[in-house]
Amino acid sequence: MLRILHGTNYDFIKYWRTAAVLTIAFILLGMGSALFKGGFPYSIEFTGGTLMQLEFTTPPNVAGLRSTLDAAGVKGAEITSFGSNREYTLRAQGAEQVAAQAAGSEKIAAQIEAALKAAPTDNQFKVVRVETVGPRVGGELRRGAVIAILISFVVTLAYLAWRFEWRFGLAAVLATAHDILTTIAFIKLLHLEISLTVIAAILTVIGYSLNDTIIIFDRVRENLHKNRKMSFYDLLNRSVNETLPRSILTHATTLAATVSLLLLAGEVIRPFAWVMSFGIFTGTFSSIYVASPILMWVENKYPRANEARGGTSRAAARP
Amino acid sequence: MTNLKYRLLTIALLVLASAWALYPRKVVERVKRNGTFVFDTIQRVPLKRGLDLQGGMHLTLEVDESKGTIANKGEALDRALKVVRTRIDEFGVSEPVVQKVGSDRIIVELPGIDDPARATEVVQKSAFLQFQITDKTQAFEKNVGRLDAILKDKGIVAAAKADTGQAAAKSALPNLFATADTAKKAKGDSAAADSLKAGTGPFSTKVAKAPGGDPGMYMVAETDRDEIDSYLQNPDIQAALPPGKQLKWGADTISAGGKAYRALYVLDARPIITGEYLTDAKPNTVPGEGTIVEFQLNNEGGRRFKSETGKHVRDYMAIVLDDRVMSAPIIQSAIGTRGQITMGGSGLQAAQDLALVLRAGALPVPLKVAETRSIGASLGQDSINKGIRALVVAIALVVLIMVVYYRFSGLIAVGGMVLYVLYTLAALAGFGATLTLPGLAGFVLGIGIAVDANVLIFERIREELDHGKSVRTSIDEGFKHAMSAIIDSNVSTALTALVLYQYGTGPVKGFAVTLIAGLAATMVACVFSVRTFYLVWLNRNRGAETVSI
Repeated sequence: MLRILHGTNYDFIKYWRTAAVLTIAFILLGMGSALFKGGFPYSIEFTGGTLMQLEFTTPPNVAGLRSTLDAAGVKGAEITSFGSNREYTLRAQGAEQVAAQAAGSEKIAAQIEAALKAAPTDNQFKVVRVETVGPRVGGELRRGAVIAILISFVVTLAYLAWRFEWRFGLAAVLATAHDILTTIAFIKLLHLEISLTVIAAILTVIGYSLNDTIIIFDRVRENLHKNRKMSFYDLLNRSVNETLPRSILTHATTLAATVSLLLLAGEVIRPFAWVMSFGIFTGTFSSIYVASPILMWVENKYPRANEARGGTSRAAARP
Repeated sequence: MTNLKYRLLTIALLVLASAWALYPRKVVERVKRNGTFVFDTIQRVPLKRGLDLQGGMHLTLEVDESKGTIANKGEALDRALKVVRTRIDEFGVSEPVVQKVGSDRIIVELPGIDDPARATEVVQKSAFLQFQITDKTQAFEKNVGRLDAILKDKGIVAAAKADTGQAAAKSALPNLFATADTAKKAKGDSAAADSLKAGTGPFSTKVAKAPGGDPGMYMVAETDRDEIDSYLQNPDIQAALPPGKQLKWGADTISAGGKAYRALYVLDARPIITGEYLTDAKPNTVPGEGTIVEFQLNNEGGRRFKSETGKHVRDYMAIVLDDRVMSAPIIQSAIGTRGQITMGGSGLQAAQDLALVLRAGALPVPLKVAETRSIGASLGQDSINKGIRALVVAIALVVLIMVVYYRFSGLIAVGGMVLYVLYTLAALAGFGATLTLPGLAGFVLGIGIAVDANVLIFERIREELDHGKSVRTSIDEGFKHAMSAIIDSNVSTALTALVLYQYGTGPVKGFAVTLIAGLAATMVACVFSVRTFYLVWLNRNRGAETVSI
């Protein structure tokens, strides 16, 4: 049988300091970028505003587009190419435009289309996608997203509390918090727009990473039961090593799926695919280098009583 | 071995049920052919595609309370829902969705629509029809000085006063009309125009009597319209307007002397009748008049209309639609149950749409558009093609990884994966869930995650084999010990998906639904079915000492 990394005995935990420095540096880089280079770009779902995707017959002159929009009173719209040089998205999500949509969210889109149609150019265009969100709906979606993230956190915590004893739960929650931070830093560094789909990707990453942590902790729990004499440090390393082939295989298959999406599924789904692909790495990383060292630290600080390791604690009671 | 028989029977039944759920069936669809939409019966897999995949429009309408609060909102919204539904049914869309959300919103989903602006107009138009007699007492002229004085007192128009040059230019307006239309110019009109010119406030300088026009009809340059309109909204001005009269704008601009003007009508506030008596409306084209909408009133409406118009022969009657004056023809004689609305410059399609909304009835509350999403059909098809391409490549890669690494067992896992794809799609079709673009992404992702269950099991079997256990025991133990991890991972993902389902909008909901369907399918396909395949293999190779894994 073909085996990758079978029967390994790497000392993963030894490198936790290096890992911590790397990941903190990455998070600081992302947060610093957010702080000094103007926050996070939010999609119109959250800010309110208008998005139009236009398909031109020949590549348009972007400066000309911009001046046409400015002249029509839609100032500061963001114009970006989308997939090809004939397709462009226009985003009008400035405070002035959003306010103008309070009376009817379709107004700015109609204004833009009329202005572009009236512009003296023989470059024909087709409106292939329009999304308009009024200020009230935007506010509601914003609240909804925050509630969704909080609830998924609470639900996950409750599940961990029920499934594991507190030491494991604490380590898993901190690892999840780490994943959220690194993913947000990644989103900022790649200039991805925070949309509902990206939020869905972040929540999926949380689920995936938690999964990975649970599988390692499951093994730790089992080994605690089997090897009562082993030091916790060796026991953690052993558990990570034993689950390594599974981790590699699962990450390979999941990555195959997300990279296919990234390269082939088109522009609309690309931010989602980016976040998911990154999430696979950060999820694996955090299970080994965040959750495990924290668990060790907690175990050292609050050592379990001997009889607990003998099988009466909740952690050991479940096979 | 009865256990194995039941297992195989269960799988066979599930596959049959899935095949039945996914069997292509006849559906009626609205498709575009040669530029027009026609209904067509086609045979296809009954998977509902979201608007982002098939193209179409999503509209969220909200009760518009900017012009006064609505007393009984819930009940009014229910009536509005009925009107919108009737309009959409007549508009002709296959499988539209018209739904109430919360206490003040209606969502409308129109698959296949490629003219969002027109659809919005049809859904949102209040279609409140009124017939009002124009004022012939010159009530407005008599009040103009007072209105300007109020504006001056309030300090609203300081700028206008300073700008005397502009005021002087505007005062030339009546003359301009006079040259355009001298024949009909009446003596009273010129006097009225003079009186309007006398003041210096905005009402005196920017609102002019329409020369030769109907009584109660005034002209405002299109560029001044917003300014005058804002004065008219002012509560003090409203209080000072002539009692029993209303001011309403015309629906179209009128061009004279190379400039665009808009009519401002002074009307008797009490409508002689409203559109509630209307029983039918249809578009027509009449030579000389252009496009019109002919309407018919019921008997009661006809009786009232006849007696009212009989009292007002030789007066002008404004036909007011949604507070805009469509036209103001002179009443030649008493009118019965039939009438018509001239559409001015608009085309036949506008007349068709107006007839449609008039037939469906007026909206009891004004609605405004809170949110729209519209996607062209070609973009949707493009998304499907790209999504399927990603799906095929993902499956090929995963099959490759599994078969190269696990050999025979990898093949078994691939068998489980085929069932996974079948079950997931069948679950989506069976429960009438909608497949969206993020849903498609979730489905692709699900394949990667689904084989995780098999990876966990296979690795465990390998470990048990390493411990020197027999093939049969190793397989049993492998499934047993991997179970807790599989359940944990599926539950934690399912919890996330449920939260997303609760709080997500259309496309994200689709993602959550596909994820949940995929998780359920994983348990059946990758755990139950794969185990059964192993049992079949063990049954055939009773003495097997090795297993290809």
